[in-house]
Amino acid sequence: MTRTTRRTARGAALRGTAVVGALALTLTACGGGSSDTDPEAAAEEGGELTVWAWDPTVEPIAEAYMEANPEVTIDIVNAGTGNDQYTALQNAIAAGSGIPDLAQVEYYALPQFSIGEALTDLSDLGAAELDGAFTPGPWTAVSQGEGIYGLPLDSGPMALFYNAAVFDEHGVEVPTTWDEYVEAARALNEADPAVSITNDTGDAGFTTSMIWQAGGTPYTVDGTDVTIDFTDEGSQAFAETWQQLVDEELVAPISSWSDEWYQGLGNGTIATLTIGAWMPGNFESGVPDASGDWRVAPMPQWTEGEQATAENGGSAMSVLEGGENNNAALAYDFLEFAAHGDGVQIRLDGGGFPATTADLESEEFLEREYEYFGGQKINEVLAQSAADVVEGWQYLPFQVYANSIFNDTVGQAYVSGTSLTEGLATWQEASITYGNDQGFTVD
Amino acid sequence: MAQAVAVTPPVAPRRRQARRWSGWGFVGPFMAVFALVFLAPIIYSIWLSVFRTQLVGGTTFVGLENYQRALQDDQFWSALGRVSAFLVVQVPIMLGIALLVALAIDSGRLYGRDFFRISIFLPYAVPAVVATLMWGFMYGTRFGLVGNINDALGVSLPNPLSPDLVLAAIGNIVTWEFVGYNMLIFYAALRTVPTSLYEAAEIDGAGQWQVIRAIKIPAIRGALVIATIFSIIGSFQLFNEPSILQALAPNAITTYFTPNLYAYSLSFSGQQYNYSATVAIIMGLLTMAIAYVVQLRGMRKEA
Repeated sequence: MTRTTRRTARGAALRGTAVVGALALTLTACGGGSSDTDPEAAAEEGGELTVWAWDPTVEPIAEAYMEANPEVTIDIVNAGTGNDQYTALQNAIAAGSGIPDLAQVEYYALPQFSIGEALTDLSDLGAAELDGAFTPGPWTAVSQGEGIYGLPLDSGPMALFYNAAVFDEHGVEVPTTWDEYVEAARALNEADPAVSITNDTGDAGFTTSMIWQAGGTPYTVDGTDVTIDFTDEGSQAFAETWQQLVDEELVAPISSWSDEWYQGLGNGTIATLTIGAWMPGNFESGVPDASGDWRVAPMPQWTEGEQATAENGGSAMSVLEGGENNNAALAYDFLEFAAHGDGVQIRLDGGGFPATTADLESEEFLEREYEYFGGQKINEVLAQSAADVVEGWQYLPFQVYANSIFNDTVGQAYVSGTSLTEGLATWQEASITYGNDQGFTVD
Repeated sequence: MAQAVAVTPPVAPRRRQARRWSGWGFVGPFMAVFALVFLAPIIYSIWLSVFRTQLVGGTTFVGLENYQRALQDDQFWSALGRVSAFLVVQVPIMLGIALLVALAIDSGRLYGRDFFRISIFLPYAVPAVVATLMWGFMYGTRFGLVGNINDALGVSLPNPLSPDLVLAAIGNIVTWEFVGYNMLIFYAALRTVPTSLYEAAEIDGAGQWQVIRAIKIPAIRGALVIATIFSIIGSFQLFNEPSILQALAPNAITTYFTPNLYAYSLSFSGQQYNYSATVAIIMGLLTMAIAYVVQLRGMRKEA
C-alpha cells in the first residue's frame, strides 16, 4: 500500500504547475478570453479539427461535441490501429504537412512522440487543473517531465480473469500470489493435461506490465538520457517465476488474438488471463460460448498481502504541434470534452474502461452486474486495481520499436533453450544499440 | 526589332529542330509516367540511403555508411541465407511438380483434363493473404488440422510453425499457391510445339519418354527460364506468407526472417527509413544479378 500512496517528487512538481496553470487560466478568462489560449472561447468562435483515432467511440463523441458547439466541424480519420497509425503520424510529422490536430496514442507510444516535440504541452491550456481527475497510472503516462502531453481516454488496470468452471471442476483454488499461480498451473495440468493456466508466446506489453507490478523499473528516462536495466529485482522476480511455467510447458503456446486463442478461452483449455480492464467487452463479443464461466479476481501478488497492480494497454489523446488547423485551444476544448467531460459516458456506454476517478467511484459503475461474468460486479475489482497501480513506471521513448523486436529476443526463450533472463539481456542489448543509433544516450 | 531579326534562324535548321522535338511529343506521356512511377521511387530510395535520420538529432548525410553497415549486418545476412535456402529447395520442387502436371495434361491421356487443369490452377486465384491465413489455421497443433490429425490417429506430428519447420511450412504454402501458375506457363509453351514433330517421332519409333526428353523439354526451355527467373524474384521477395504467419508464430518468424520483412520492420516499426532503403537497394541489385546470370545461362543453352 505504501507504494501506491507515496508521491514522487515529480508529482509534487506537477501539482506546482497545476496551481500556476490554473492561475494563468483564470487570468486569461478574466481578460475576456483570447481564443489562442482559452479553449472555451475558441469553441465559441468555432473552426475545424482533424482527429486521428481508431477507437469507434470517438466518432459519437465528436458528434455530441459538434451538437453542443455548432460552430465546430470535426473530421475523424481512421489512419490505422496502433502501430500503423504511428507510422502514418511519424511520416506526417517528418513531412511537416498533413498532421492531424489530435491523435489517439497508446500510453507506451506516447514518449516517442513527446520526445520528438511533436505533442503540445497542455498544462497551460487547462490540463494542469485536471491532476487528480484521472487515476495515477494513466496520469503518470501522459505527464512527461514538466509537461502534460495528452489526456487519458481509457485505462487498463490489470486483473486476473479466470474460468471459474474449470477451477471448480478440478478443485483448484484461485491463486492470490504468483507462487500460488504456478502451483495452480501444475495442479490444473495434472488434473487435465489439455488445460493450461494461460497462453503465452511472449508478449512485450504483458511482460513489461508484469515487471511493472513487481516493482521493477527497467527503463529510466530523463530527456534523452535513457537507462535500460533488466537485472533489477522486479524484472528478475518475473523472469524466475515465469521461467518455471515455460520450462514445465504449463503455458499454452498460443498467441493472443489468434483463432486458437478464442477457442481456448471458450472451451476451457486456457484457464486464466492476466490482462487489462478493457477485456470484458472482448470476452462478451469474442468468447460467447463461455458466458457465465468467467470471473474476475485481483491480480496475483508478488508479495503476499500486498495490493500492487500495473497498467496494460490503454490510450490517451494528444494535441499535435503544427496540426492542420493550428488551433490548439479548440483542440484542447474537444479533448477535454472527450476525456473528462460528457464524452466519458459515451465511451463507457461503448464498453470502454474509464481513467477518470469520478466515474470509477460512481455508484452506478461499481454496482453494475455483468451477466457474462455470472452476475459478478466486476467493476469493483477493476476499479480497485486502477487505484493500486504501482507508481514510477516509465516507458522508453522508442518503446514501439523495442516492443517490435521483443519476440526476436525474449520470445526465443519460449521456443529454444535460452532462458527469459538471457532473453531480457538480449532485448536490453538490442534496445540500447537502437537507442544510441537514434541519438539517445543509452546505457 | 533588329534583335528579333538577328535571332531568327534559317528556315531549314528550324524545321529539323521541330522534327526532333515532335518525337519527344509522342514518347512524352510515356516518359512522364515512366519517370514518375519507375525512376522517381528508385532515385528517391538511393537518395534516402545516403542519409541517416535520428529521432534525436535529425538528418545527416552519411555517404555510403548505410551500405557498409548492411554488409556487416548479421541479421541481413541471415535473412538472405534463409531465402537462398528457400530458393534452392522450394523452387526446384515447385517447378518440378508444375512441369510434371503440365506434361500430364499435355499428354492427352488424362481423364477430365480440363477439370484437372482448372483445379490445379485454382489456388493461384486465391489471394496470398487468404491462402496463408487458411494454411495457418490448418497448421494449428491444438485446434487446427494438424491437431485434429494428432487426435484422430493418436500420433504427434511436429508443430509446422516451430522455428525448425516454419520455413518448410511456408515453402508448402508457396508451392500450393504457384504450381498452377507455373503449370500454365509450361502448358501454354507445350501447346505451341508443332504436332508434326510428334508424328515424326512416332514414325521414328520414339517412346513417350524420348518425346519428352528430346522434343518437349527443349521446346519449352524459354518458358522454363522465365518461370525460374520469376521464382527467384519471388523467393527473394518473400514477404506475405511470413508476415501473416508471424501473428501465429511470433518467435519462429523473427522481424528479420526475410530481407523484405527486415526492410519492412526497419521502416515501419523502427523509423529507420534510410537503412531500410539501403537494404532494399542491395536486395534489388542482388536479385537483378542472379536473375541475369540465370537468364544468360538459360539463353546460352537454348542457342
